[in-house]
Amino acid sequence: MSTDKTSPADKADPTEPIHLDKPHEAPVDAPPAAGEAVTAVDPRLLVREQGFAGYLSEFKRKMKAGDLGSLPVVVGLIVIMAIFQSLNSNFLTAGNLSDISVAMVGTGMIATGIVFVLLLGEIDLSVGSVSGVAGATFAVLNVTHGMSEWLALVLAILTGTVAGAIHGFVFARIGVPAFAVTLAGLLFWNGFMLQVLGSNGTINLDSEGLVAKLTSYYFSDVAAAYGLAAVAVVAFFLTSFLDSRRREAAGVPSRPLSEIVLRTVLLAVPAVGAAAVYNQYKGLPLAVVLFLAVLVLTDFVLRRTAYGRKVFALGGSIEASRRAGINVVMIRTSIYAISGTFAAIGGLFLASKITAANQGAGSGELLMNAIAAAVIGGTSLFGGRGRTWNALLGVLVITSIQYGLALQGIASPIQYMITGGVLLATVVIDAVTRKTQKSAGRA
Amino acid sequence: MVHVSATPVLALRGVSKRFGAVQALTDVELEVHAGEVVALVGDNGAGKSTLVKTIAGVHPIDDGVIEWEGRGVQINKPHDAQALGIATVYQDLALCDNIDVVGNLYLGRELRKRGILDEVEMERRSRELLTTLSIRIPSVRIPIASLSGGQRQTVAIARSMLGEPKLVILDEPTAALGVEQTAQVLDLVERLRERGHAVILISHNMADVKAVADKVAVLRLGRNNGVFDVKTTSQEEIISAITGATDNAVTRRAARNAEVQK
Repeated sequence: MSTDKTSPADKADPTEPIHLDKPHEAPVDAPPAAGEAVTAVDPRLLVREQGFAGYLSEFKRKMKAGDLGSLPVVVGLIVIMAIFQSLNSNFLTAGNLSDISVAMVGTGMIATGIVFVLLLGEIDLSVGSVSGVAGATFAVLNVTHGMSEWLALVLAILTGTVAGAIHGFVFARIGVPAFAVTLAGLLFWNGFMLQVLGSNGTINLDSEGLVAKLTSYYFSDVAAAYGLAAVAVVAFFLTSFLDSRRREAAGVPSRPLSEIVLRTVLLAVPAVGAAAVYNQYKGLPLAVVLFLAVLVLTDFVLRRTAYGRKVFALGGSIEASRRAGINVVMIRTSIYAISGTFAAIGGLFLASKITAANQGAGSGELLMNAIAAAVIGGTSLFGGRGRTWNALLGVLVITSIQYGLALQGIASPIQYMITGGVLLATVVIDAVTRKTQKSAGRA
Repeated sequence: MVHVSATPVLALRGVSKRFGAVQALTDVELEVHAGEVVALVGDNGAGKSTLVKTIAGVHPIDDGVIEWEGRGVQINKPHDAQALGIATVYQDLALCDNIDVVGNLYLGRELRKRGILDEVEMERRSRELLTTLSIRIPSVRIPIASLSGGQRQTVAIARSMLGEPKLVILDEPTAALGVEQTAQVLDLVERLRERGHAVILISHNMADVKAVADKVAVLRLGRNNGVFDVKTTSQEEIISAITGATDNAVTRRAARNAEVQK
C-alpha cells in the first residue's frame, strides 16, 4: 500500500462538489463512500485489508511513517547481546542472564514510575533519593525498632507515595515547574535518608528476611517457569481472540486469526526461552515474577481504564483535557504519587540486592539509569507516547551493558560513556521519529 | 426549504457585558431557531467571541435575558450551557494529537463496562456517528496528529455532536482550511441543520456565510448592526454593515454637503 504516500488527504476528491462562492442549492449529495460501505472509512486511504497481507502492509506503513514502537530497542538489545557474547562466551550463560534479570528489577521498578511521569511530558528527578528513603525507612522500622516486616514494608512503600504526592501537589496545584520541585525533592529526601539512618550509616537487613527474599528467592521447581510462560501465552491468546471475536460481532475491524497466532508465537518464543534459561540455573526468580506482574498491571491501567486515557490525554494536550472535564490537578498529583510509590518499591529491591540500607543508596547513577531506561525503552520525552513495557526493555539494555562490561573487566568510566551513547542514540531516534511522524502525518 | 419552529431555541434579549472600562456588548439581541444556521459576523473586536462566550457560559452576562426554548435561564458556567444542550467548538480545536479519533470523540465521557474502557462499543458508535454525518476519515483508530486540518475540524464538530446538543456554536470553523476542507466543513454544517440542530457560525469569510447561513447577524462595536436574510441581501450590504460604511467620514461629509447645498 505504498500508494498511500502519493495521495495526500487534502488532494481534491472528484466525488466531492465544491461550492464556495455559489449560494447553496441542494448541496448535500450523499457521498458514495458512506452509502455503499458499512464503514465510514475514506476509500482513498489506509483501508486495512482483512487478513494476513493486510497486517504486513499495515506494519510496513507504520515503519515508513516513523511509528517504530519498540523495534529499535529490540534490535539494539540483540546487537548488544551479540557483541558481548562475541567478546566473552560467558555472557549468554544461564547464570549471567538470570543475574541480569534479577539485578535489573530495582532500577526497572523505578523506571516504570518514570514512564508514568514521562507520559505527562514531565520529569521526576527525586526518584533516586525517594528509593533510598524507602530502604532506610524499612531498615530503621524493622531492624532498629523491631516492627513486623510486612508493616515496615507497607510503611516504607507509603513513604514513597507520600513523597511523590507532595511533589505532585506542589507542581500541579501551586504551579512550580516539575523540574524544580523534584530537584528540591532530590536534595531533601537524600538528606532525610541520611538523617533517618543516623550516625551509623549502614543498617544490615536480615539476610533471610522478607526484603532479602525479594531478590534471593527462586521458584526452583521446573514447572514454575514453564507454567508461568504457558499461562502468559494462553492468556494472551485468549484475550486477543475473544477481543477479536467481540469486535467482529460489533462490526468493527478486527484482527484476523493469523495475526493473533503470529503475535502469540512472537510472545511464546521469548517466554519459553526465558523459562528454559531460568530452569538451567536456579529457577524462576521471584523478583522477575513481581516485575512482570507490575508491568501487566500498569499496562492494563494505562490502556484499558479511564484513568489511563486521562493520563495520555494530559500528555497530548492540557487544554483539551481541561475542556473535556478532566481534573488536571488530581491526575498530575496522582502520577507523581505513583512515581514515588514505584521509586520506593524499586528502592526496596535495591536494598534487597545488598541486604542493607546504606548512605550511598539512591545516589550516583541510579536516577540517570532509571530515566534512561524509560527513554531507551521507547517512551517519548515529549509526553503522550509510551508503555510501561518500555521500562523492561530499557532496563534490560542498561543492565546488559553493565554486566557485559563488568565481565570484560572494563571500569565504570567506560560504562557511563557507553550508556550515555546509547541514551543519546535513543533520544535522537525519538526526536527523528517524532519528526517523521509529523511529516508522514498526512499520508 | 427548512422547517423553522416558532419559538427560538435560543434568544438573547438586551444582553450587555462589561469588562472593566470596556463595554464589550450593549443591548445585543439574537435569535436562533432549530434547523437554522445563523452566521455571526463583525469586524475584529466587534464582540463576536464575547457574545459566544456568554452563551457558552465562559463569561456570565451583566444585563439582559437569555431565553432557552422560550423560558429565561441563567448561564453562569460552561457546565450550565452544556446541561441545556449547547455545544461549542472553539477555534483551537482542543483535540489530543496523540490519541486516536475514537479516544478524542469520547474524551472525558468514556464508555465503561465494569470499570474497563469499552473500546469496541466506543468504536462502533464513533463509526456510526461519523457515517451519519458523512465524515470520511482514514480510520477511527488513527491518531489525530495524522489527520489534515479539515479532518480535525470535522472530528471536533462530531465530538460536539455526541451529547445530542440542540445548539452548536462553531467559532471560525473554516479559518485555517483549504478549499476542499472548507467545503467538507460547510457540508457538515448543512447536515447539522438538516438534523434539526440550531447552529451559530462565526466567520470572517463572506463566501462561507453566503453558502450555508440562513440569517446573518452583524455586530459592530458591541451592538447589533442588523440581522439580514442571506438570500435577499447582497454581500455588499452585509459588508457595509460590518464596517459601518453607512456611518463614516465620507458619508457624513456627503450628508453635510447635501445640507449645505440646500
